[in-house]
Amino acid sequence: MNALKRRDLPEEQRRALRRQLLRRSGVYVAAIVLCLWILIPIWLIATMAFSTPADVRAFPKPFFPNPISTDTITFFLNAEGILSSTANSIIVAMLTFILSTIVATPAGYAISRFVFRGRDAIRLGILSVRAFPIVILAVPLAITFINLGIYDNVFSLALLHTALVLPTSVLVIASVFASVPYELEEAAQVFGCTPFEAFFRVVIPLTLPGIAAAGVFAFVTSWNEVFAAVLLTLTNRTLPAQILFSLNKASDPFKFAGGFFMLVPSLIFIFFIRRYLFNMWGQISK
Amino acid sequence: MARILIENAVKKFGDFVAVDNVNLEIEDQEFVVLLGPSGCGKTTLLRAVAGLGMLDDGRILIGERDVTYLPPRDRDISMVFQSYAIFPHMKVYDNIAFGLRMQKAPKKIIEERVAEVAELLHIETMLDRYPSQMSGGQRQRIAVARALAVESKVLLMDEPLSNLDALLRLEMRAELKTLLARLATTTIYVTHDQIEALSMGDRIAVMKNGRILQYDHPTRVYDRPAHHFVGGFIGNPPMNFLPALVEKHEGKLTARIGTFRITPEAMLNSALQAYEGKQVIMGIRAENMEALSIPADDALEVEVMVLEPLGAQNLLTIHVGQETLKVSTHPDFTAKMGQKIWLRFPSSKIRWMDKDSGRAIVPDLEKVMA
Repeated sequence: MNALKRRDLPEEQRRALRRQLLRRSGVYVAAIVLCLWILIPIWLIATMAFSTPADVRAFPKPFFPNPISTDTITFFLNAEGILSSTANSIIVAMLTFILSTIVATPAGYAISRFVFRGRDAIRLGILSVRAFPIVILAVPLAITFINLGIYDNVFSLALLHTALVLPTSVLVIASVFASVPYELEEAAQVFGCTPFEAFFRVVIPLTLPGIAAAGVFAFVTSWNEVFAAVLLTLTNRTLPAQILFSLNKASDPFKFAGGFFMLVPSLIFIFFIRRYLFNMWGQISK
Repeated sequence: MARILIENAVKKFGDFVAVDNVNLEIEDQEFVVLLGPSGCGKTTLLRAVAGLGMLDDGRILIGERDVTYLPPRDRDISMVFQSYAIFPHMKVYDNIAFGLRMQKAPKKIIEERVAEVAELLHIETMLDRYPSQMSGGQRQRIAVARALAVESKVLLMDEPLSNLDALLRLEMRAELKTLLARLATTTIYVTHDQIEALSMGDRIAVMKNGRILQYDHPTRVYDRPAHHFVGGFIGNPPMNFLPALVEKHEGKLTARIGTFRITPEAMLNSALQAYEGKQVIMGIRAENMEALSIPADDALEVEVMVLEPLGAQNLLTIHVGQETLKVSTHPDFTAKMGQKIWLRFPSSKIRWMDKDSGRAIVPDLEKVMA
């Protein structure tokens, strides 16, 4: 619509157009503010991580790292306990990935496919784990683990992380299975498969990306989780626990490099699995 | 190469009886259509034959073998699903070859078979493509090809044409019929489309509320419905129904509509005797009434409400008392709204029905499944 035409419109029409424009720009402004809210800290951390330690301490901070240097990150990686705690973090996250996938795949399948007694109760029960703050879960668990003698152990931490991610994993995987029509499995059975073969030949190939996404989500959650990690580990700290532990005596370069180191895997993984997370939250498709 | 026998089949979902004591015998190589409105149990019955939903009671035999509790893969059946159920992660070739691969057929035989059925269904140029790139009609063809490739004794089809648009459906209907006539499989075909049933089936089983009301050849189901419901469900327009009173008049058994008397066929006398003094329902098809523009002794005087010219015929809507009649006439027959015309009811074309049960009143000789 060109300007001349718009001026010719009756007042009522012009007002409606103005209001529409206002509404739309309102949405955009809100979206931009929200993005900046999240992106500015990330940008700051990334910039600092690639500046020289001297620049990190300086004020005002540069907007671009100049010169670009890996000194800060090297300094962080060489700090005491960082490498071993990174290894611990990876072990815990991998275990969480494996355990949660093993449990959540059949659970999600059952919830999406079968109508059984107590189905809704189980769904609610799964969600209610999410409703408990981790503080409430972690303290009694720590005591239980001490009593069982599996305290300060990456495996017990992996168990707790699995419990934490399961609600989300189960729901994501259930929604992935629900997107595969049951008739496909029936067709496979008619053409010679046992129910198991039908599942592995037809359902798994179609759902593998979604299941992997849930696993990656579990990995990232475990990688980032700090509270239970601090509570349950002492000598075998994971990376977030180690960073938190040394935070009050650490220098600024250590903090920024540590933050960046924690941030990157999460960002990468979330980028790859975002489609499935949207799916779970009910994305409106085009 | 197998007949199918269904004996006293019962299937319940909670309190709902989906299939209610059904008996059905399907001859070897026969094409039987299960026809009925949605929720009548036709798909449930088909799935029971497929092994995708076990019966609560009764037996199913394929050939001489009792398959009631066998899983689908052991029944020697194949199936075309309503949604086609094509595997989206496999190429067309692998979809069609799926059943043969599960049977561990030699590679050479699989190649031959796939090429053969792909040619039958005119999809030989698409074997390397993925189903997501295909139209509904093409997917339909893949689904049929996959079912034919395994050369099973029994072919089950669950509303295979219902997802196609009208023109394509017409085309596939004729093509499927030609195709299946050439193959030696026994086929059960589920549909709610009466035209499809009439045009394709060797025999039609009309179902309602989990029961089979009539199981007969298409022309007989159309001309001699065994039940009020069958007459009303099949045909476009559906069969007309008028209440009539059975009376003795001048020594003969007659049916009276208002003051107009019809003498039923003599062969029905013994059966109609029991209804003397009672109401029955007279059923007659739109094309079986004779419309006259001049009075006649044996014709009922009626008033035309609407005349719809349909090209091949004219369709008249007529009120008789409280009831509405649809009469189709030769396209040359014209009448204005409100005009008086006269209708003749040939007694051989009338189907008399019990008012309460809806069952057709038939001579003792005529065997009707109900």
